[in-house]
Amino acid sequence: MAKMVTDVICPFCGTLCDDLEVSVSDDGTKILDVYNACAIGAEKFLHSQAKDRVTRPRMKQEDGSWKEVTYDEAIEYTAKMLADARKPLMYGWSSTNCEAQAVGTELGEMVGAVMDNTATVCHGSTLIAVQDVGVPSCTLGEILNRADRIVFWGCNPAHAHPRHMSRYSIFPRGFFTGKGAKGRKMVVVDPRVTDTAKTADIHMQVEQGRDFELLTALRVAFKGEWLPDFVGGIPKKTIYEVADVMKSGRFGIIFFGMGVTQSLSKNHNIDQAICVTRDLNEYTKFNIMPMRGHYNVTGSGEVWGWLHGFPYALDLSRGFARYNPGDTTSNDLLMRDEVDSVFVIGSDPGAHFPNSSVKKIWDLPCVCMDPHLTPTTAVCKLHVPVAFVGVETGGCAYRMDNVPIECRKVVDPPEGMPTDLEFLERVVARVKELKGA
Amino acid sequence: MATVTLTPTKVPDLRLEADNIKPDVFAGKKAAEIADLHVFIGNTQYTLGEFFKVAGEGGTSAAETTIVIDGDVSRVKYIGMKMTEGSILVKGNADMYVGAWMEGGTITVNGDADAFAGMGMTGGEINVAGNAGNYLGAAYRGDWRGMQGGVIRVGGNAGSDIGTFMRGGEIIVNGNVDVHVGTHQEGGTIIVKGDAKSKVGGQMVEGEIYVFGDIEVMMPGFQHVEDADLEVDGVSGRFACYKGDMGERHPRRKGETVYGKLYLKY
Repeated sequence: MAKMVTDVICPFCGTLCDDLEVSVSDDGTKILDVYNACAIGAEKFLHSQAKDRVTRPRMKQEDGSWKEVTYDEAIEYTAKMLADARKPLMYGWSSTNCEAQAVGTELGEMVGAVMDNTATVCHGSTLIAVQDVGVPSCTLGEILNRADRIVFWGCNPAHAHPRHMSRYSIFPRGFFTGKGAKGRKMVVVDPRVTDTAKTADIHMQVEQGRDFELLTALRVAFKGEWLPDFVGGIPKKTIYEVADVMKSGRFGIIFFGMGVTQSLSKNHNIDQAICVTRDLNEYTKFNIMPMRGHYNVTGSGEVWGWLHGFPYALDLSRGFARYNPGDTTSNDLLMRDEVDSVFVIGSDPGAHFPNSSVKKIWDLPCVCMDPHLTPTTAVCKLHVPVAFVGVETGGCAYRMDNVPIECRKVVDPPEGMPTDLEFLERVVARVKELKGA
Repeated sequence: MATVTLTPTKVPDLRLEADNIKPDVFAGKKAAEIADLHVFIGNTQYTLGEFFKVAGEGGTSAAETTIVIDGDVSRVKYIGMKMTEGSILVKGNADMYVGAWMEGGTITVNGDADAFAGMGMTGGEINVAGNAGNYLGAAYRGDWRGMQGGVIRVGGNAGSDIGTFMRGGEIIVNGNVDVHVGTHQEGGTIIVKGDAKSKVGGQMVEGEIYVFGDIEVMMPGFQHVEDADLEVDGVSGRFACYKGDMGERHPRRKGETVYGKLYLKY
């Protein structure tokens, strides 16, 4: 008879589903099955049980082979690397809890690091836009209960946030949304006919890189001004129609993703989308929300926000916080040879960064703290496996709507394996000794 | 007028942060004192003398001080940042933040200047003979005040996001520019003598943009008003005049709505 752990939080995407049920063997050591989760979320839990999981730190040898080392040796190597560095880059933070992020920031302060999270190749441009023009937003609960106009701009929740539409945005029936999907109008803006686009009432198949023009056209249409016949490949009739659909709702929301944050115009796309939202509030209630990817990328922005005032690209090298994406962002630092060591925590730049940046990581002293084997662990010098947050340890994570949720521990980590937090605390202690403080 | 000559002796392995290289700091200092000024690589402090040979001495005031950098400083940031008077001549390339937030004086870069040159500047003059990077005369993140005064001249091309949140002054680019010219512009003049790609004048409130070449894709928020014969930076010609961005807010002055103006040369 299996034991059932209920109300488990899914540590995969920014939707942070909080209704998972996990069946665990009676002795509490093995996960048997995962219920309610999407395929990706379930795999995250089950993968922690993989037989080929790395359970001890590994150091790359000169001949390219890997040698198992102890956690004490790993702490020593990491602490020395950071203490000796003049400008270390501490990148990642999106797949760990806020407690580890806070201790990591203490470490960053001590060694004068540049701290950056995965927003740098994801929703960092959103954060820039928010600093430029503000953001009218809400929670996912409000959307479930109130929203009747849903816009997905440059995102594909059907695949990237698989339970988003069923839990919050399209299908559920809420307090003022008793008709569920029938009471909602859904607009998708995407150059591709995605599975999300296929379920939309209106799909604006915009030309690639013309989102800024299309968003501008919507603002022009709200004011009833003249438009050219086509904007970004969309006929003006459709633009006026979508403008009316948006204006006529009771409560609307624009969700957006990588399609606008990392295509041509980047932060300006979001800046203009926020201005679209602001304009719509002349007519009705409208909101905008980024579809954050990693389950706690929002949290790392929050932690640095309250500790240092900036949500990513945080340069602590001179002993005070500086911030300027384009200068203090990971890829710029790596490509411009501005950092002399790299510490990767709970993220995979090896898979997400351009090849030219990954080559620089390969050349530099690099420690990667990650439970999985990833392209980053292949290019680093030391791989430190740690416990899965949200599976083998709890901790705080922030959902895409900035709501903090306490994750739950389901099973114990493999024997002798520390959590992110424990490993970072021991590195902090060792760096303190090395710096003689 | 006293001249201080800095000759690079060592290329920094990482990037050097040298916010002390400006007439305001060099004024009244002897060569040895200047060589002793601090610079940074990451968390480590060095002296200017470890990277440059210093000759000459500062004048009695910043206005009386000229700094000549006799070589390439493409790995040195913050040259002339926040300077108020005097002049700087860079004989090679310069890294980011040349003349950022400068209030007065002159900076000449014979080579290229990297991103964020003239960011948030309020006065003075920047001349870049080569190319300029992104965010030329733009605003710092979250600031609604980009370039507010002074002149930036670029002999070659400029990158993207030039004149973002610009509120005054003049940017003249002889060559081509990348996307986003004068986004959120609310004053001042941008002249592009070559071609512009797209997103020109997006979210523009007021101010002027002149493009002598082509704009690949026009913003939908601009409406043609009239054609006019104008003389712009010494070049006469016939221009098509557009107003916009029609999606953006616009102030009213003397009973009339004020728009941003975009001029496209025929």
